Amino acid sequence: MNKNYFEVLRPGINSTFQDNGRNNFYHIGIPFSGAMDNRNFLLANTISNNGINNPVLEFAYQGPKLKYIGENISINVTGDVNFKIIRKNKNLKFSCYQNIVLENNDCLDILSTNRSVYGYLSIGGTFEVDYYLNSCSTNTKAKIGANSGEKLEIGQIIQLKNIKKILPKNKIEYLNSKIENIRIIKGPHFDYFSKDAIDSFFSNEFNVTKLSDRMGIRLKGPKINNIKNTNIKSEGLVKGAIQITADGDPIIMLSDHGTIGGYPKIGVVISADYDKLVQIPPGSKIKFKEINLKDAETIFKLYEMETQNLISNIK
Amino acid sequence: MIKNISNLGDAAMYCDFGTEVNKEINRNVINYFNNLRDSNFLGITNITPSYNKLVISFDLKLTSYAKLKKQVENLELKKNNNSKNNLIKIPVCYAEEFALDIERLKKLLKINEEKIYEIFFSKNYYCYMTGFIAGMPFLGDMDKSLFAKRLETPRVKVPKNSVGITEQFCNIYTFESPGGWNIIGKTPVNIFDKKKNTEPNLINPGDTISFYPISKLEYEKKYE
Repeated sequence: MNKNYFEVLRPGINSTFQDNGRNNFYHIGIPFSGAMDNRNFLLANTISNNGINNPVLEFAYQGPKLKYIGENISINVTGDVNFKIIRKNKNLKFSCYQNIVLENNDCLDILSTNRSVYGYLSIGGTFEVDYYLNSCSTNTKAKIGANSGEKLEIGQIIQLKNIKKILPKNKIEYLNSKIENIRIIKGPHFDYFSKDAIDSFFSNEFNVTKLSDRMGIRLKGPKINNIKNTNIKSEGLVKGAIQITADGDPIIMLSDHGTIGGYPKIGVVISADYDKLVQIPPGSKIKFKEINLKDAETIFKLYEMETQNLISNIK
Repeated sequence: MIKNISNLGDAAMYCDFGTEVNKEINRNVINYFNNLRDSNFLGITNITPSYNKLVISFDLKLTSYAKLKKQVENLELKKNNNSKNNLIKIPVCYAEEFALDIERLKKLLKINEEKIYEIFFSKNYYCYMTGFIAGMPFLGDMDKSLFAKRLETPRVKVPKNSVGITEQFCNIYTFESPGGWNIIGKTPVNIFDKKKNTEPNLINPGDTISFYPISKLEYEKKYE
């Protein structure tokens, strides 16, 4: 038995261990998974001086409440997250994107993500988790990865290992900006839809519905009418692909998506907008904008440079 | 051969082999899939074969659509690179409690139960693709006399290991899942076994499957 551990007093809504995800198993039906918001995942591990693929605890909306037992440890939270530490009956408030010290018997209460969906907890050390097919990412559908493929559960113990000496603050100045315009590239079935339907798709707002999770975002808005066929012969899907269901509603595929699908794809969200897309909570409105491949590639390079700048400006 | 290559977003490539569903086209897809798996082209993160398409996902930090397209176009195909493809025998028990839709099929197809199973077990099936849920194989082709529509209202929960048929295809539900296929029996064999660390899938694209009937007693023995 390890002497450093968390006891889960409240699991939160959808708390799972994630890393960079699994490559090369789409062909047997296993999706990529991994942290939904890759930038915030990367920043969490960077602040902890960890390897970039170290497991983190991802949470959505309401996070977990964890009691810590062990030697002093540095932790940090990334995202737009409201959390506190309860130490000897006192509530201590901290901000995200910096190392803070957790002491024996402290209680870390991750209350909520603010107008966003996902947040991350990283530690100066390593969560002791199971790996499957080269990744610890939990996929609750296939029941694989850390925690036997399940969400955190009340009362469970999370063992920690390789605890580091207390880390410098490593503060990053970062504001999670929101986007409403999602940039997409035309998909292979663009011509399945009438000119009017395409116009309507790009000129109207869509509501992000509650039926959204790590697998996908379901949208409601004007019906996108299909003039060819509401089904295609099932074929490979990718993160960010936008399928239009037989009912005329868009579904955007996210990290735990089914690997193949049988609805026509009107477009695919550009890689640079993915991290922000996943953070749009139900009840919000989004709008699509078409751009070309060359611009998407340039925007991605800029997005990557911005991430690198954030990392090099750690204080 | 690939008829057309296009981009699927900025981090994937969409290879179109045609619109029909047949073994010849699919063998081509699988051949490309096997060759690409051996190619080690930089940046490829996933390759997804399906009936007549191949989707190649890549890491935009490491490569780009233009670079990878050139590599795929110039790929020297080793012909019949199907050494990875096997013949797999799968036992199926069609006891009443497992054959959830046999009554529906009898009415729909106007064939009696014995004949339905006789026809079903008499053929070998080809695995066009696996996926949707982990390990689920899409097998074909069914004998024309067994072509049946999906259920009008899909089941919320199809039991794990159920064998289902619809139109020209059959499949095996590797997990309990919602689904609309006509369930004709159940196998005691774990098609997706996560205890097998490197190859959890029993059935891979390009494999040939032969089903054989077993009794309830044999089913229970195998399940233990």
